[in-house]
Amino acid sequence: MKHVVIIGNGIAGTTTARHLRKKSDCRITLISDEHPYFFSRTALMYVYMGHMRFEDTQPYENWFWKKNRIDLIQSRVIKVNTAKKEILLQDITRIRYDDLVIATGSKPRILPVPGNHLKGIQGFYFKKDLETLEMDTISLLKQEKKAKRVVVIGGGLIGIELVEMMYSRNIPVTFIVRDALFFGKTLSEKESNLLTKHIQSHSGIDLRLDTNLLEILSEHNSEKVSAIKVQFQDQKPEVISCDLVLSAIGVQPNIDFLNSSKIEVSKGVLVDNYLQTNIQNVYAIGDCAELKNPDPFRNSIEAVWYTARIMGETLANTIANNFAMKYTPGYWFNSAKFFDIEYQTYGNISAKIQGDESRFYWEDNSQMRSLQLNFSKIDKRVLGVNVLGIRMRQEVFEKWFKQNRKIEYVIEHLQDANFDAEFSKGFEEEVVSYYNKKYNTSLKSRKRSWKRIFSKF
Amino acid sequence: MLQRIHDIKILLRIKKLGLVLFLKGLSIFTALIFFVNFKASNQEITDYFLDQSIDNEVFEVKLKDRLNLINSCNIFQFSDVISNTLETVNDSYKSNKQWDKVVWISPQQISFDLAKKNTTNFIVQHSWKIFFMTIGLGILGSLLYIYANAVLEKSKGIYKGAIYKHKSTNKGWIAWLTTIYLIGFYLILYFRPNWAVNWTFIIDPISEFLNGQKASQWFLYGFLYCMVMLVMGVRMLIKYQNNNYQKIRTICVVFFQIVFAFLIPEIMTNLGLPAYDFKNAFPLDYDFFFDWNLDRLLSSGNIGLFILVWGVFLTLVIVPIFVYFFGKRWYCSWVCGCGGLAETLGDPYRQHSNKTLNAWKWERLTIYSVLLFSLFMTLVVLYTYIFNANEFLGFSAYQVRGSYSFLIGSWFSGVIGTGFYPIFGNRIWCRFGCPLAAYMGIIQKFKSKFRITVNGSQCISCGNCSTFCEQGIDVRSYAQRNKDIVRASCVGCGICSSVCPRGVLKLENIPLNCSSSKKI
Repeated sequence: MKHVVIIGNGIAGTTTARHLRKKSDCRITLISDEHPYFFSRTALMYVYMGHMRFEDTQPYENWFWKKNRIDLIQSRVIKVNTAKKEILLQDITRIRYDDLVIATGSKPRILPVPGNHLKGIQGFYFKKDLETLEMDTISLLKQEKKAKRVVVIGGGLIGIELVEMMYSRNIPVTFIVRDALFFGKTLSEKESNLLTKHIQSHSGIDLRLDTNLLEILSEHNSEKVSAIKVQFQDQKPEVISCDLVLSAIGVQPNIDFLNSSKIEVSKGVLVDNYLQTNIQNVYAIGDCAELKNPDPFRNSIEAVWYTARIMGETLANTIANNFAMKYTPGYWFNSAKFFDIEYQTYGNISAKIQGDESRFYWEDNSQMRSLQLNFSKIDKRVLGVNVLGIRMRQEVFEKWFKQNRKIEYVIEHLQDANFDAEFSKGFEEEVVSYYNKKYNTSLKSRKRSWKRIFSKF
Repeated sequence: MLQRIHDIKILLRIKKLGLVLFLKGLSIFTALIFFVNFKASNQEITDYFLDQSIDNEVFEVKLKDRLNLINSCNIFQFSDVISNTLETVNDSYKSNKQWDKVVWISPQQISFDLAKKNTTNFIVQHSWKIFFMTIGLGILGSLLYIYANAVLEKSKGIYKGAIYKHKSTNKGWIAWLTTIYLIGFYLILYFRPNWAVNWTFIIDPISEFLNGQKASQWFLYGFLYCMVMLVMGVRMLIKYQNNNYQKIRTICVVFFQIVFAFLIPEIMTNLGLPAYDFKNAFPLDYDFFFDWNLDRLLSSGNIGLFILVWGVFLTLVIVPIFVYFFGKRWYCSWVCGCGGLAETLGDPYRQHSNKTLNAWKWERLTIYSVLLFSLFMTLVVLYTYIFNANEFLGFSAYQVRGSYSFLIGSWFSGVIGTGFYPIFGNRIWCRFGCPLAAYMGIIQKFKSKFRITVNGSQCISCGNCSTFCEQGIDVRSYAQRNKDIVRASCVGCGICSSVCPRGVLKLENIPLNCSSSKKI
């Protein structure tokens, strides 16, 4: 019986194990150092905010693994010997494998500034980060000190989540973002401004855009963080005193343990379009995988939940069927939540207008929601969509992309894509009339049709 | 920031004030049980025996003697004297096998009724003042607390609060105290209504205004039920201020409770009509086919006949048709009184429902057992009624009826179902017991347009949906596989969709021929 060893029990590794079990009878071992059972890392923030308990982040009950004959090992892999097809665990046990899946995910990047070793600096990625932050928060809240402050560095998803977490505990927070626009690498200026306004509407949040972290400071003879030095644009540096520094400047593949192996790595583990590394029967998926030939418009490393899951499903097919299945990620999609504003994106839409693209943007300022469609100037076909504060059906948009639907068609049929809760205030009529005014057309919003929504083509 | 800290301090003070007022009201209300001294004059006893047509002179004389001996005493001693007297009288009859002379009326009822004749006590004299010091303070305090808390956790979206950090909502000691209090209240209500007689004095004027009679323990229960739903409904409206589904649903369910379950039946009583809750469908309304109810309806002319036809029509036609179009949510979270209490008072406890597979197995076993029990009981009751028999297949109608009322009606739906809100979650009864929910669940599962649809592959398995599902459905297990959720137990409260941080879930009524193309 073939033995498949999976290193990492995150969404990539767990998806592989589950789908492998559905399709094959092989022996499956799932190794993780962090926690014996799969949990949803994205939900750690909810545990901190007291919405959930840690056990609620675990999607499967503990009996699930035994019942599905997935062996769990809680340990750290320190070496991979591809010649002997063997891995070495921290406790010096060796495990032989027939297929090896590397799904070790990411680790937070370290702040590249002086003082980054001080106490009171942490990321928010692992379960133990949650525990450390909880303890630090409690002791911070207990202090008599008047002016408490936490600094969050980095305007990505984890950054904004950390800010929300601090806000939920009434801790004043300074939010240092390098870009001039919040989330400006992904969103347009107007979208970014909408979010900035929303973030700033929460009192106690000091958002600093276009600001660089220069140094982390401590009191004399102390190893504890006391302040940070930042610089807005090219102005005079400023010192902000603080009690904790939360770092969220991005993640990088977590693959140090492969240094001594024959597996080819760059930033991540290099894989072909079949998710195989340079060595047969060794695969890499999820955040730690780096595609040698990514699709156009896609990154070689995508540290995204959904990518990891699709990779896991694909690889499970390959291993179970002994027939290499190509990784085809399909249309790009992603989602996030910035405080109370949900964000969804489908298809191809980047921050800046590219080549022969054109954009349609509608915003409802009072409701804090917006819709942006990216379409081709030449044939008017819709290429991608961003929504803030609105929920859209993924399947409907993907169908429209496949059918090369033109912008007018999409504008008229937005009700088909609307996924907002029942009785929500509609936006379609407003969007249509705004479009008509802008492009001098006379489009009409079409009523939702279940037939169209569920038709395959 | 300073402004915010300042605001927070004021809000915390308001919150504290609200809590203090609420607790004051609750303490005075609770303490009222022990106040007021009772006695019954010979004339009152004579009148009462005549009213109730209790034809037993031995008992009457003995009761008068005993009650004359005591000058005045609290309700517990008063009730004890009555119970003891009744017991001695009945015991002697029973040992002599004089079954026809035994007095079957419960001593609690006699105590309640005789105590109720005491109209000169201070609660009756100051009923409005005491109303404001108890129920009034409770309402005022709760509203202040809710308001301050809402502003403190102000958010444009759905706030869930730090629900697992509070002792009242994380099964801490406050939750246990609340549970003990609630259970105590239900035990008194069902089994020692006489102890609650002082509470009924408070709302006698309201009762008299509505139905022309003094308040019974059931009027008290109905009134408090409405007030609790109203106050906690306000909380829901603030909490879900940006979600129209939640707002409309909450207003609807509170409206049906206050108007249909409370006001209309009281006004019907006032008009001399048989009181009836027009939305309470059999088999949840388990005594609809009991002999006393049928007799009552059949002797009330056209309105009685109408109610009889309506009750049957509601269960057999309206309920299934509405479930087909909208799912059982139209009843469970839009109309039903039990559901209404769960959705308002119970909302802070929704996360305690058990999500394990084992709990789901138990749920199916118990809920369908209760459904069968209720149908069997009705069959026995109807058979014995129609054929004027005492038994059906060897089962005594009286006993089957009694055990259902006791086990299911009082213990399951009341004491356990509501008493354990803070520990086991707010839908214990609806999930594990309600026979109407079981009936609608079957239709919802196999023949309904209602489902929770999943938006593509966007689930991040965070578990908010499952955590906040009051029915203990592991919503995430469906969402993360992009499978629509079609579950018999779903009451369509819509909270999973509201708390989803990625816009993955939506409650929808989809034509069956369309949705069949999407995997379920």
